[in-house]
Amino acid sequence: MERIRKRFGPVVALAGVDLEVGRGEVHALVGENGAGKSTLMKVLSGAHAPDDGRMTLDGVAYAPRRPVDALRAGVAMIYQELNLAPDLTVAQNLVLGRERSRLGVVSADPRVDRALAVLDHPDLAPDRPVRELGPGARQLVEIGRALVGEAKVVVLDEPTSSLSAAESEKLDAVIRALRARDVSIVYISHFLEEVKRIADRYTVLRDGETVATGRVADTEIAAIVEQMVGRSLGEAYPRVPHEPGEPLLEVSALSGRERPEGASFTLRRGEILGIAGLVGAGRTELLRALMGLDPVRRGRVTIGGDVDGGAGVRRRIAQGLGLVSEDRKEEGLALDRSIAENLTLSRPVARLGWIDRRLRSAVTKKWSARLAIKMDAAEQPVGALSGGNQQKVAIARLLHQEAELLLLDEPTRGIDVGSKVEVYRLIGELAAQGKSVLMVSSYVPELLGVCDRVAVMHRGALGAPRPVSEWTEVEILDEAIRGAA
Amino acid sequence: MSGARARLQRALDVAGPAIGLLLVMILFAALVPDRFLSAYNFKTIATQTVIVALGAIGMTWVMVSGGIDLSVGSVIALASVVTAVLLREGQPELVALLGGVAIGAALGAVNGLLITRLSIVPFIVTLGTMGIARGAAKYLANEQTVNADAGWLADLMTKTPDPGWLLLAKGVWITLALALVMALLLRRTVFGVHTFAIGSSEATARLCGVPVERVKVLVYVLAGVFGGLAGVLQLGRLTVGDPTTAIGLELDVIAAVVIGGGSLSGGRGSIAGALLGAFFMAVLANGCTLAGVPNYVQEILVGAIIIAAVALDHLRRRASR
Repeated sequence: MERIRKRFGPVVALAGVDLEVGRGEVHALVGENGAGKSTLMKVLSGAHAPDDGRMTLDGVAYAPRRPVDALRAGVAMIYQELNLAPDLTVAQNLVLGRERSRLGVVSADPRVDRALAVLDHPDLAPDRPVRELGPGARQLVEIGRALVGEAKVVVLDEPTSSLSAAESEKLDAVIRALRARDVSIVYISHFLEEVKRIADRYTVLRDGETVATGRVADTEIAAIVEQMVGRSLGEAYPRVPHEPGEPLLEVSALSGRERPEGASFTLRRGEILGIAGLVGAGRTELLRALMGLDPVRRGRVTIGGDVDGGAGVRRRIAQGLGLVSEDRKEEGLALDRSIAENLTLSRPVARLGWIDRRLRSAVTKKWSARLAIKMDAAEQPVGALSGGNQQKVAIARLLHQEAELLLLDEPTRGIDVGSKVEVYRLIGELAAQGKSVLMVSSYVPELLGVCDRVAVMHRGALGAPRPVSEWTEVEILDEAIRGAA
Repeated sequence: MSGARARLQRALDVAGPAIGLLLVMILFAALVPDRFLSAYNFKTIATQTVIVALGAIGMTWVMVSGGIDLSVGSVIALASVVTAVLLREGQPELVALLGGVAIGAALGAVNGLLITRLSIVPFIVTLGTMGIARGAAKYLANEQTVNADAGWLADLMTKTPDPGWLLLAKGVWITLALALVMALLLRRTVFGVHTFAIGSSEATARLCGVPVERVKVLVYVLAGVFGGLAGVLQLGRLTVGDPTTAIGLELDVIAAVVIGGGSLSGGRGSIAGALLGAFFMAVLANGCTLAGVPNYVQEILVGAIIIAAVALDHLRRRASR
């Protein structure tokens, strides 16, 4: 892949990426969240068309228009969310879409036996429904499917994120078996120890560009982390002076269904606390448990003097909490409802149950003016706005509901640079007004630029918060990848 | 899309079925002018619309919330039997009427509670209660029609009302008045906004502290109330409580809502559209009968119209994106 470029509206996802993977090579693709790994792989697999650049496979020009083209050419993607039909058997899944049949009847298939021989896993019986398998065995079925399709390149996206140590070892063995059969593997992982153990070469992406590539054996983990972080230039974080006051939220030993696990911290009025960590570390789950959207298994939450062991959303809203969801399209907003309805959903503008439409419209205009939301009318569907303006509506909802404690989950995800700066400034202004902000972000420079303190979450455990002056980007990333020392 | 265009869009939601209705009326006026275009015939059509229209008012709420209620036909039958039994036992008409509405409300509550407490999808829950209500109606009626003097309940569905200046049956006016109230409730109250929010994005509604379960239960109770009322008027029309009445009517009701711009995936629909949809189907049935079009052609037509209405709606939406 050479000079691959891709932009989504104003957001540049790939700004010229080069990636070369040799035959029978395990090639690790590493980079921070948002560095462009997923987009690059979507280009490779035909899900996105690149704006520029070219790809060759086995010396032949390769330009998949749709995922099925990539599959036919021999590029198999194995995503974190597995794509198996749970009610079909292992054998049926292995040959799905490539069945050999006689007179319409699917016949016994030697390819299944060959694939299972390579995978060599005790749970993988051909007649077993995939539903009964654990995550590790399911992943092997996906890899087996690539084998049946005689894939030349297999892309594994965070393959160990849901695996136990034993299953990871099993996966390593299968990867070596594939390598021995001259299959090329692109291995995407945050866990650099794994990269060190399994990969031959590596490429680092940062801000949509290739910044380094080399042999894993010649490189120390610390050096790769340095390359991942680098220096992000040209980004300004407007600082609004604010002074933390008395504690507003105290969380002690909070555990959710699976994650978080025993999280404790204190948040003061007028303070911005950032939570860093890898995707899946349990940061979103922490916010959801606090907001009452997910059950609390254990622990104590103190908000402005009220102590409880978990409460429902309505009580939390009454206590002054509000959440901006990371999933703006599915959860953050009801996209086909109007801006006014979305903005006032958590605190309707109504008297005796009847909406005061004139007042609601005025309220919507007030907030849109204050947050510089670009819109035509209060009654237009919120889905018609740009991502940045949608996000401002989601934040305006919390302001309208007079939330004192704002839980912001990836508040700048998928919005353009200009809107990001406006959101940063807004967060600072809220803190200056004495409101508390708990902000989850996968983009470390943003946390360091905006927050007063940052804590790192690793596999469900929340590390101790430290003032941003006591963190470096490398230290945060290191704790996110390896956990607190 | 601007606010003005959003309003235009909403007007179009109603305009679509209205234009279709007009075309069908012109067609029948040309085919059978003297019989179709009589005042008496319009009184007949209006009266025939009442039962489906009442069901469609409740169904609009349910579908806006993202659900569906397959039990409405059976609820109508059960309510008509309960009302008839109460009349036979010598209860006054008002008590019998309230009894019919109450049994509808109770079944709606059962639907709502099963859906929210057991997290079973509405399709399955109401498929179950559809059978249960039908069976209960047959049990109560001893598997035959229940004869009772419907008193002024029968007057409600008389095509030529007394006093004559009403022009249309009282049941028609009751339906229109209730439709107006329910349309205002749907558009102008917090309850209505919550219903739309749940159907549009349940996760967002939860995030904003909307009492999702309570709203859903109330929506199904509302649908039950309208099913019950439709059952009482069905008794008024037939003058007997019939446990086998309104079989398959739920599909007409759903069709009326869908023709009127409602969506099975929730978050969309209007009472005015649903009424137009119900009237449209009644006109079609009436016109076909008058024109001597066989019943099976009529069934094919209704099916084609449902698909066409939804397809047009999709095309329009795609064009407006």
